[in-house]
Amino acid sequence: MAQSLNSPLATPLADRHAALGARIVEFAGWLMPLQYTGILEEHRAVRSRAGLFDLSHMGELFLEGPEAAKALSYALTTDPANLKVGRAHYSMICFPEGGVLDDLIVYRLADERFMVVANASNAGAVSDALVERLDGFRVVLDDRSLATALVAVQGPRAAGILARLTDVALDGLRYYAIAEGHVAGIPALVARTGYTGEDGFEIFCDVAVAATVWDALLQTGKADGVVPVGLGARDTLRLEAGMPLYGNELGADTTPFDAGLGRVVGLSKEGDFVGRAALERARADGPRKKLVGLVVRGRGIARHGYEVFAGDRRIGVVTSGTLSPTLGEPIAMAYVTPSESEPGTIVAVGIRDQRVQAEVVPLPFYKRPA
Amino acid sequence: MVPQDLRYTKEHEWVRVEGDLATVGITKYAAEQLGDIVFVELPELGRAVAQFAPVGVIESVKAVSDLFAPVGGEVVETNAELAEKPELLNSDPMGRGWMVRIRVAGGGGVDRLLDAAAYEKLTSQA
Repeated sequence: MAQSLNSPLATPLADRHAALGARIVEFAGWLMPLQYTGILEEHRAVRSRAGLFDLSHMGELFLEGPEAAKALSYALTTDPANLKVGRAHYSMICFPEGGVLDDLIVYRLADERFMVVANASNAGAVSDALVERLDGFRVVLDDRSLATALVAVQGPRAAGILARLTDVALDGLRYYAIAEGHVAGIPALVARTGYTGEDGFEIFCDVAVAATVWDALLQTGKADGVVPVGLGARDTLRLEAGMPLYGNELGADTTPFDAGLGRVVGLSKEGDFVGRAALERARADGPRKKLVGLVVRGRGIARHGYEVFAGDRRIGVVTSGTLSPTLGEPIAMAYVTPSESEPGTIVAVGIRDQRVQAEVVPLPFYKRPA
Repeated sequence: MVPQDLRYTKEHEWVRVEGDLATVGITKYAAEQLGDIVFVELPELGRAVAQFAPVGVIESVKAVSDLFAPVGGEVVETNAELAEKPELLNSDPMGRGWMVRIRVAGGGGVDRLLDAAAYEKLTSQA
């Protein structure tokens, strides 16, 4: 898999990004588009119309075999055995000590076949951990990360655009569902998932034909105002939607409970799973820190790594922050001591040499209109 | 082509020197590199700054950058319009997006600044 020491990998759409004038950055061992026309413009396009994302850097791991569900139930915190065919859920893979190795989406493609989608930065580590954890189960792991492209179309007009190009019945495809079909004539897996807070789809296909899917979506969506969107707006979109990012809100020193995601830890499921003992202790002890939303009330933007104070006490640290393009105010996520985590609590963020007032608010910052 | 009558720094600031007053901003190249600028922090008036010392902060959606004083002297004026309209740094960085005016002290090191040709060479290599 991609290692930072090797030369960075290019996605199958690299020539499209170059032609569109994207600014390219290295991210998790891949050359990825950061922005095309500008983060704010791309962000607003996704909120109001539709955006097209190249997410081919993500890891796609396929598991197949009579004990695929059982093996995943042992390897992950959730219980994929409960998934119906064609459905997906958000999950985590934890270290034996309870920290988060990665957050994942698990799709059940058939009774005995699953797809696990991992963050690009962790795809290699997740693949390695699964190989180790699947040992002894009747299941085969096929890491198809480099062979699989992922194109996402997200926004209120995404369904209308995709409907013109696919034989998948989108009306019947619920949130967190997946179906096999075609997009622009290309065999693809179409999932109603995303990382923007909008309705939208993620389309998995072979790297060799990814450009056909990308071009068709861009062309067909033109009348609806679809634009290509880079990683910059992907980050501001997910932050407004209160979605965690591995390396910021999630990491080896964080349990799912700290992140307010205890719902993905299936302590009641049958059998052992990696991290169970540590996570049972963590739940019994209660979280040492809690993930909260902050809105900065003074002047300045709270950024990753800035300290959070209550009076003179340092009570936490900002994990992600930006100026919210939708709300027009500076928003942030932060870990703070549980006693200061109630919405309405006034804290201060150390922004350079100043302490700037901020208020704890419920997450998410943005919820799409029903 | 960058304006020929201005001086420049390696940190992509421009300076217009008129008498002992130096008007300072960031170049078009810098604004493009930073992306959408959403917040600007400018110094208080009367502050003495050394040449190439940080004198302000520019925040884009993505990142925080320092504005460095291209010349040494005293801050005599800042662009108040930027508090409400930081996007002027993107739309008109070398005009309405000017940031700070400095009264140059003792030459202020103006002779150490790049001329237009040298700055153009720098950005063409970047």
